[in-house]
Amino acid sequence: MSTRALRACLLLSPAALFRHTVLLATGALILVPFVWMVSLSIKPPGEIFRTSFSFWPVQFYGVENYTKAVTKAPLPRYLGNGVMICALILALQILVCAPCAYALAKHRFAGRDTLFGLVLIGLLLPHQVLSLPLFILGYQLGILNTYAALVFPYVVSPFGIFLFRQFFKTIPDDVVHAARLDGLSEIAIVWKMMVPMALPAVIAFAIFSIVSHWNDLFWPLIAVHDQSLMPPPLGIMVFKSEEAGTDYGPLMAAATLVVLPLIVAFLGAQRWFVEGLAEGAIK
Amino acid sequence: MRGPRAISGAHHELSSRGGASRFRCPTASKAPGRGLRETLAAWILAGPSVFFLLMLYCLPVIGVFVIAFTDWRFGAATLSFVGLDNFREVIADEGFRSSLRNTAIYLLIVVPSTVSLGLLIALLIEGGKSCRSFYRAIHFLPFMATMSAMAIAWEALLHPTIGLVNQTLSAIGMPAANWLRDEHTVLPALAAIGIWQNLGFAMVLFLAGLKSIPKDIYDAADVDGADLWLDRLRTVTLPMLGPVSMFVVIVVALRAFASFDTVKVLTQGGPGHASEMLLYTLYRESFEYLRTGYGAAIAVVFLAIVVTLTLVQAHLMDRKVHYQ
Amino acid sequence: MASVSIDGIVKNYGPTPVLRNVSLSIADGEFLTLLGPSGCGKSTLLRVLAGLEMQDAGSILIGGQVVDGLRPKRRDVAMVFQSYALYPHMTVAANIALPLRMRRLTAIQRLPLLGRLLPGRARIAAETDMEVTRTAKSLDIGHLLTRKPGQLSGGQRQRVAVGRAMVRHPAVFLMDEPLSNLDSKLRVQMRAEIKELHQRLGGTFVYVTHDQAEAMTLSDRVAVMLDGELLQVAPPQDIYDDPSDRRVAEFIGSPKINILEGVMRERGLIDVAGSTLKIDAAALPGMHLSLGIRPEALHLADQAGQSTLTGSVRMIEHMGSDLFVHLDLAGPDQPLVARLPAEYGPRIIPGQTLHVGIRPERVLLFTPDGRRLRGQVELSRPSVTPLREAAR
Repeated sequence: MSTRALRACLLLSPAALFRHTVLLATGALILVPFVWMVSLSIKPPGEIFRTSFSFWPVQFYGVENYTKAVTKAPLPRYLGNGVMICALILALQILVCAPCAYALAKHRFAGRDTLFGLVLIGLLLPHQVLSLPLFILGYQLGILNTYAALVFPYVVSPFGIFLFRQFFKTIPDDVVHAARLDGLSEIAIVWKMMVPMALPAVIAFAIFSIVSHWNDLFWPLIAVHDQSLMPPPLGIMVFKSEEAGTDYGPLMAAATLVVLPLIVAFLGAQRWFVEGLAEGAIK
Repeated sequence: MRGPRAISGAHHELSSRGGASRFRCPTASKAPGRGLRETLAAWILAGPSVFFLLMLYCLPVIGVFVIAFTDWRFGAATLSFVGLDNFREVIADEGFRSSLRNTAIYLLIVVPSTVSLGLLIALLIEGGKSCRSFYRAIHFLPFMATMSAMAIAWEALLHPTIGLVNQTLSAIGMPAANWLRDEHTVLPALAAIGIWQNLGFAMVLFLAGLKSIPKDIYDAADVDGADLWLDRLRTVTLPMLGPVSMFVVIVVALRAFASFDTVKVLTQGGPGHASEMLLYTLYRESFEYLRTGYGAAIAVVFLAIVVTLTLVQAHLMDRKVHYQ
Repeated sequence: MASVSIDGIVKNYGPTPVLRNVSLSIADGEFLTLLGPSGCGKSTLLRVLAGLEMQDAGSILIGGQVVDGLRPKRRDVAMVFQSYALYPHMTVAANIALPLRMRRLTAIQRLPLLGRLLPGRARIAAETDMEVTRTAKSLDIGHLLTRKPGQLSGGQRQRVAVGRAMVRHPAVFLMDEPLSNLDSKLRVQMRAEIKELHQRLGGTFVYVTHDQAEAMTLSDRVAVMLDGELLQVAPPQDIYDDPSDRRVAEFIGSPKINILEGVMRERGLIDVAGSTLKIDAAALPGMHLSLGIRPEALHLADQAGQSTLTGSVRMIEHMGSDLFVHLDLAGPDQPLVARLPAEYGPRIIPGQTLHVGIRPERVLLFTPDGRRLRGQVELSRPSVTPLREAAR
């Protein structure tokens, strides 16, 4: 905090004191799992199994634990998978959803309302309910246990179509007319005009998509069983069941590494994350 | 100058004669060829989406119902309609009933706690000017954290001997418990984890709601005499948060209803089905035991509950728009 | 009903001064308008009066009592906000009743369920309802008592806001641009109603607006504010005819007053816009002065003569009842707008050279720093010789 803020904090009224006390207390409680996880990840086995309240270990064992985590389980592989899959899903989603949203927002055509109804139905359906038929579909297509299996159910996002459509609708029609008169094709209008102008919506959607797919356990659990294909949530679960609760140190180190990327990203761009995820709820 | 005026005048006459006129004003650019072209262009743009929506949403949801109402199994070549047999089997099964019961208990613990704690924290954060984004960040962190990994951290916390929770309880003289292995405490323990994760989410939604209350209503309340914090809360804040609160309840309920990660990673439904919840049951029946009909029936039940909650949410959103 | 005394109020937002040593006395039962452009501090002053903000220095007295440390509730003021600030979740009746409930019921009596059981409550509630109904009827909204603000039109909401302020019979009414959210027709109507309200209730009204028409028609006195300072406080006609500052003259009056720059040639003569005019003012030769001439103070002259200015017509605006003729006078960048009767319309065309006469008593003189120079002004031309000849 800046010195001015610090000085202000020292001249607290009783109400402000109460506020800060309570919020610091709840904040501390919320952080306990994170702190404990990091603490265990830098402690040697002897200290882990000894009851103590200390955060910092007597013997710093972080290097060993983290090395073990990264080597014993293919953690870099898991993280890499996570990055690749989320990026791929996001790219495909934007590719597929933006043109559709543009058509829904700016074109009048037969069947438009039916199409929008379809989108709304898609919004209603939770993906877990569809998992069995999607699994069967994947099996029939022979893509189970491949990267394709992790990606294909999410190629279209009804939420993405809905969000983009809302945003596109706020862009004046005349902009589109002018573009057509200038000779742009409809596809060019989508990519050169609508999407760039809808950047806040794109960012909000990107955050929503990345967070929900990075943290998804349910579908990857069903779709793949090769360790080399696993995204982080599944990978860490497998790692845990292999460790069977004995080697807590590396396990906690692995958990920390899995959780770290999104946390860091969040702290860096807090406002966007909060807005993007709140939008997702309001859908 | 008779020409253009006469033609447009004639147009006017024609269109004013009776309701639908066969002659449209040329400037509306809705000549038949144009309309067809636009429809075609729109469908090309929407094409991939339509294809994938049908393949990945429509077809599967129909598939779920088909499987639920037939006796189809994996690898079977034929299927026949069995009516409500699968559903009867599901409802008769004690395992399913207890799963449903557990889910209900879980919801009853998680939803009120999460919503009220989220509201409390949001009120405290908005109640002052300093350090707002700091507090908001801290409380929102669990929502971002990969639950599968944090479940492991929680397991360490809840460990009967070396876990921090039991250490603290012993230190202050309270009884410790084997949180995740005792059938009486496992569901509350999972509920605590659920509250921990969803708290920040509820808080963020309430923060948005609080920010949308116009400041001059508080000024008016000051001038009218409702200037103590309790008065302001009762006269302005809480009533105006009414719609938001209902919304938050539904959204948190939906998230809690779909909780799966903690069950799969920590308890696998145990000890002895004490912590089994609906989505986990669905997963296990469909993908571990491959009891497809049974699993599909559960999926239909799950879908029915989610759709009901979502429609209530949509209805509330509608009312919220008209409210102010 | 009470008098209001504002003494040396200073208010800063961080490094920016918003109110600079503002002092003002408002008489009991007076309608005073704070007039000024956006950002001049008038709303801030109103909020300081209400107690919604604390001043950095200075004192406020209401009814002779110092109210500086008091919360709004204790100051016996009521306020109508620009956005009306009605409670959207309460009915009209509840909105109007709230100030009374807050003051008459104790905290315990106000509790939702328990409170109802307490003895005095029913009686107080009945009295309150009666007063609310009476107030609502007097504002013509008696039939809307069960509706919620979201179901009302802008004008109706405004009345509810006024009702909520009135019902307590406060010592001072504060109004923060209450008409600015209404369309122009409704605004004119509501203006008349507010004036009637003031006459009926007789309370002290402090009214904030940027609209001169409202200020002129409603007020007993107008306080013109600019950049956190009070420039002039006077009855409306005095503000118009006798402004004490150039900025006041420029703010009031539509179209804007003409300002011409002139240089004193010698005692009693001033060069302005290509002419030399005789004036009687306390100014030394070489001094720069500004002449303020309202458009309606000019009339058409057939030829150049005493008390005339000459220019070429740039543009004519036909307003139906009047003409606004825009002239370019001789000399650098000296435009002039004259209001002439509509009959002259056919006679005037762009490019034409025109002579306009000035009524000497309507000319306002200002020093370079904006202060009004008061003194006899008589415009006369020493001779008909053009400027360059006189300079030889």
